[in-house]
Order: sequence, then structure tokens, then C-alpha cells
Amino acid sequence: MNYPEKIREQAEAILVRYPEGRERSALLPLLHLVQSHDGYVSDEGIGFCAEILGLTKAQVQAVSTFYTMYKREPAGDWLVSVCTNTLCQSKGGQKVFDALSDELDVDHDQTTPDGKITLEHAECLAACDYAPVVTVNYEFFDEVDEDGALDLVRELKDGRRPIPSRGAPLCTLREISVQLAGFDEERTAGLEGNAQGDATLAGARLAAEAGITAPAFDPAAPLLDKTPEEAK
Amino acid sequence: MSVTVPAPRRPREDVLNKLKPVVTKRWMSPGAWKIDVYEQLDGYKALRKALGYTQGDLITFMKESGHRGRGGAGFPVGMKWQFVPDDGQEHYLVVNADEGEPGTCKDLPLMMNDPHSLIEGIVIASYAIKASRAFVYVRGEAIHAARRLRNAVREAKEAGYLGKDILGSGFDLEVVIHSGAGAYICGEETALLDSLEGKRGQPRLRPPFPATHGLYNKPTCINNVGSIAAVPHIVLGGAQWWKDLGSENAAGTMIYSLSGRVKHPGQYECSLGTTLRELIELAGGMEEGHELKFFTPGGSSTPMLSADSIDVPLDFDNVAKAGSILGTTAVMIFSDQDCPVVSCWRWLKFYQHESCGKCTPCREGNYWMVRVYERILSGRGSLGDLKLLESACKNLLGRSFCGLGDGATSCVTSSLKYFRQDYLDYIEGNKQPLFDAEKIGAH
Repeated sequence: MNYPEKIREQAEAILVRYPEGRERSALLPLLHLVQSHDGYVSDEGIGFCAEILGLTKAQVQAVSTFYTMYKREPAGDWLVSVCTNTLCQSKGGQKVFDALSDELDVDHDQTTPDGKITLEHAECLAACDYAPVVTVNYEFFDEVDEDGALDLVRELKDGRRPIPSRGAPLCTLREISVQLAGFDEERTAGLEGNAQGDATLAGARLAAEAGITAPAFDPAAPLLDKTPEEAK
Repeated sequence: MSVTVPAPRRPREDVLNKLKPVVTKRWMSPGAWKIDVYEQLDGYKALRKALGYTQGDLITFMKESGHRGRGGAGFPVGMKWQFVPDDGQEHYLVVNADEGEPGTCKDLPLMMNDPHSLIEGIVIASYAIKASRAFVYVRGEAIHAARRLRNAVREAKEAGYLGKDILGSGFDLEVVIHSGAGAYICGEETALLDSLEGKRGQPRLRPPFPATHGLYNKPTCINNVGSIAAVPHIVLGGAQWWKDLGSENAAGTMIYSLSGRVKHPGQYECSLGTTLRELIELAGGMEEGHELKFFTPGGSSTPMLSADSIDVPLDFDNVAKAGSILGTTAVMIFSDQDCPVVSCWRWLKFYQHESCGKCTPCREGNYWMVRVYERILSGRGSLGDLKLLESACKNLLGRSFCGLGDGATSCVTSSLKYFRQDYLDYIEGNKQPLFDAEKIGAH
């Protein structure tokens, strides 16, 4: 298999995360790793994982085809996922998807001819409090309506990188796949990113504004009414 | 029936007092995901305290606190820990961070904003069950959560809270943050284990249960993010304190994730047992021009309830009495402008897509129910279709390895119970069809 030395080193680093004799646990990260190199799970990538883990290609493919994040065709640099599950749909998610589908002239799980953008409708992205929600390479763009979504993909088309509402500044799908394979975010700005938002803080803010706190406690109070000395 | 909920500018005092910021409190500090800020905010104090006790004492303490799992089933956490046999074998703690139940959005903000609370909880729990390895199976798409968790693991290791001989206790622990790859079913604990072993995420037949035959066939404790992240707070505050935060028979706080037709959707951490009426009031009332019609107490797999249940205390027992399940307290709020039939159709498409295909009732039942819904929604349904749906649900419920198939029937049977007329409106031609029958091939 023609993978560069770096990929092989990374593969080794993935294997040692798991107990000896349990290396097969590395398969999901390894598939993310080959996707970081090829932009999808290629036949070669399947062979690479099989070789490393001592599995057959059929065994690897049986796994890779089970999970939606492993792409079977070359994906674009920007994977635009639109949640169209019930809650987002009620708030306009399907309209957002349709608008993007028209604008990009692609349907679900298809990539624009220039290979830049892949569009997909996604199942619940665990951000229902920000519905309707769109992600680009899994970074959140919250409360996006049709116009907002169109602006977003036009920026991507123009080679710019819009700033996500929550998550890290965008990097390409290949780059994000390295992190999915379990490697650290190397950009300080990426780690910083942003995780807050009005909906996330809604309850905590309301409580703070009203001066409400949970009842105080004595952190040193012993558990089970016995001190550690008695416990031991 | 629909209910108009008044939208006062500010919630009444007694309603405001339902708010109990414990687990969500650190989210207000923007840097709390870094270890130095976390330590300033009581971080890792609970670990020091817990390591002073024996494993058995910690388990007894956790049972005494009445803490129940936050992942949907509400199983007592202390009891789960106790089930892991103390037999000298390798043990594992696996944290289920595969948040994906439609409506659920409480674990992601927690892992992004306060990742160390999860790591600290993991060390305490692993110590209690004598596990020397822990895995966090994070939903693949939750990349920012995984990113910050990995950073938290690295920081904790450097500070001596992870690795060898933690804080001089002699206890060793390695934590691996493992990203999934997009499969809802992996939130089911045995499917998660298979996925973590590098296989297709398909549920296992139980018994044997993971407590004795889990990851790599070894004793394994699987807990939800919320269950574990609360542990350091409980250790610091004490069992009685945690109990007092909740209501009778329901210890502690709960993050209610409000979404849908309210003015301010979001995460509201309250006493377990807060009612929907109170929650809507906290969220600023219903959206302008919307009247409450139905809601899910805890995600799409919990039967929907009608506006009549607005005053049901949302805790494990009372929601069960009202005919649903507390689930993940993902409260999706729908109004008179949302159609229960369309909602169910879309949920079923989800279950159809996410069914792993192992069990025939779930794989085929969901596929065909989607088609029946599409026939109804394209104006070609009949009364027989409603019977067909009911019969399909009967053949699905309890007939698959895991709860995905059961969950799929929840919205169907509950919507037929409360909103039969909405189905009849499509069948009898009183409502504009949603689809063109020819186009979608409904017949």
C-alpha cells in the first residue's frame, strides 16, 4: 500500500492506545486516518487497515460501510451537513437543505463538480436548542435560515472560511479527519474556538441574573459520616 | 386541546427557584475547559476526597445519594458500579458520549465547556470499580467536544490526576477518547461496545450483561456523560445535599434541554421533577403566535405527551405514570403549527435510517411504517392504515435485541392515542397532502 511514512507512524500511534491483543479497537480511528489521506475510504485505504490489523478487506469494508461518516466517494473539502430531523425540520431545516441543494446543484451525499463542497442531510446533530442547525466539517453554524445558509456556502465557494458559531475555525475535511482519528488539535485557535452560546447558557445565566445558586455545602464534610481515617 | 402559557417578562420567583445551577455552573466561565481555571473552581477537589475512601465506601455512598443515570434509562449509578464483580480481572469503565437521540443536546455543551468535570468523574468512578482503563466513546460529529476532552486528558495527566499512581494513591488509570463515526445505534450500550471493539455497531443479546461480559468480554461499567460528570459534585456536596436538590424519589438536578417553540430554547438545569409549565416559563414562554400542542419529555424515543400533561413533574416516576419515559429530558416542544403526523413520519425515517439491520422487526417494520406514513401524507391513506400502523408497532415492540425498535414505536402509538384526528384529516381529505403521491411513489 502506498501510504507515506507519516500515515504509518500515525497508525502505530493509534494501535498503542488499546490493550495488547485488542488492536482491532483501532479500526474506527484507522478508517478516519485513511480518510484524512484520501478524502474518502478508498479501496486502498481498506487494504491498508486490513493489513495493519490482520483482517480481511471484506471484514474492514463490512465495518466502513456501516458508518455514515466514512465516505465511499471522494468528498469535498467542505462537508455541509443540514439537520432535517423533526425538530430542525419544524424550524425550517428542510427548506435550508432544499435551498442549498438548488444553489449547489447537488443532492444528498453528492459533491460539486469542482470537488469543493459535499452536501448531506444529517440526522439529529445534538444541537436542537439552536435549530435549525448546519455544520461544516462538524463545526456548528447555529440558527441558520435559508439566506444564512446560502451566504455560508457562497463564502465557501469563494474560498473564504466563515467562522462557526460554535466549534473551531474551519479546517478541511481531510484535516478534521486527523483529529477524528484521535490526534490532538494542533492549532491553539482550534482548541480555543468557541463552545458558548445563548441557548447553552440560558439556564445558568437566568439563575445568575436572579442571584440563584445551589445550596451551599461543606466540601470537607465526610462521606457516609466517617472520616477517611475511619474509612480506611 | 392546546394550552396558552402566559409569557411573563421574568419568571415568577417560585419558578426561578427551580433553577439549580450545579453541573452547568462552570459553563459560565469561558476558560473552565482549561485545567488551571477548573482547579480554581473546585476542580479535582472531589478526586482528592474520594481517594481517601475505600472502593466499597464510595459505592455505598453513591447508592445512598440516590443518583440515577442521566442517559435515558435512569438506572441507579451506585448499583451499576456494584454489579462490576471484584474478581481480579481487568475491568473497564466506558463513558457513553454518543449523544444522538433526537432532541438531546445536553452532553455536548458539557463536554465542550467543562470537560475536566467528566475526566474527574471518570477517575473517581474507575477507582470505585477498580478499572485501570477507561474509554470515552464520543459521537464522531462532536468534534469540538472530542478536541477539548483530549486536551483535558493531556492536562490531567501532566498534573498527576491520570496515569500512574494518581495523587500518590497507588491507583493507575489511562483514559482514551475514542471518536465514533456516525451511527445512532452506537448510543445503545452493547452496540457501543461492539463499535469500540472495531466492529459494526450492532447490539448484543443480553444476558450476559456488560457488568460481567462487556468490553473484550470483561467486566465493564457503562455510564452516560451526565451521570459521571455529576459525580465530583456529589462527592463534594454529599449524598443528602444531592438528594435535597431534587424532589421526592428523584435525587439531584437535571439538565432539561428545551427546544422547539419556546422563546429561549436552551439548557436549563433544574430540580428533578420540574414541570413543563415551569420550564416554558423559564424559557420566556411560547414563541409568539404558538400554542403548545405536544412535547416529548426525553427525546424522540419517549412517547409524546399532549398539552394536558403540562403540569406533570418531569421525573422518572411521574413521567412513567403519565404514560411516557423521562429519557434524556430532551424536551422538544411543538405547537399548533406543527403536525404530529409529519413529525412522526420524519422520526420514523430517522429510525429506518439508523436501524442497524440486525433484527427483522426493526429493520423491516420501520421501513414499511415510513411507507405507510408517506401514503397517509400524500392523501391516499385509509382507516386501515391506522390499524396497520398499530399492528406494526405491536410486532416491533419488545421484539428486537435493543431499544431502538421499541423507541420507534413510541411516537406512532402515542400520536395515534392523542392526535388521531390529525391522521384522519389527511385520510379524509380535510388537509392538504404534504406529498404528491405520484412523485414519491405512494400507493
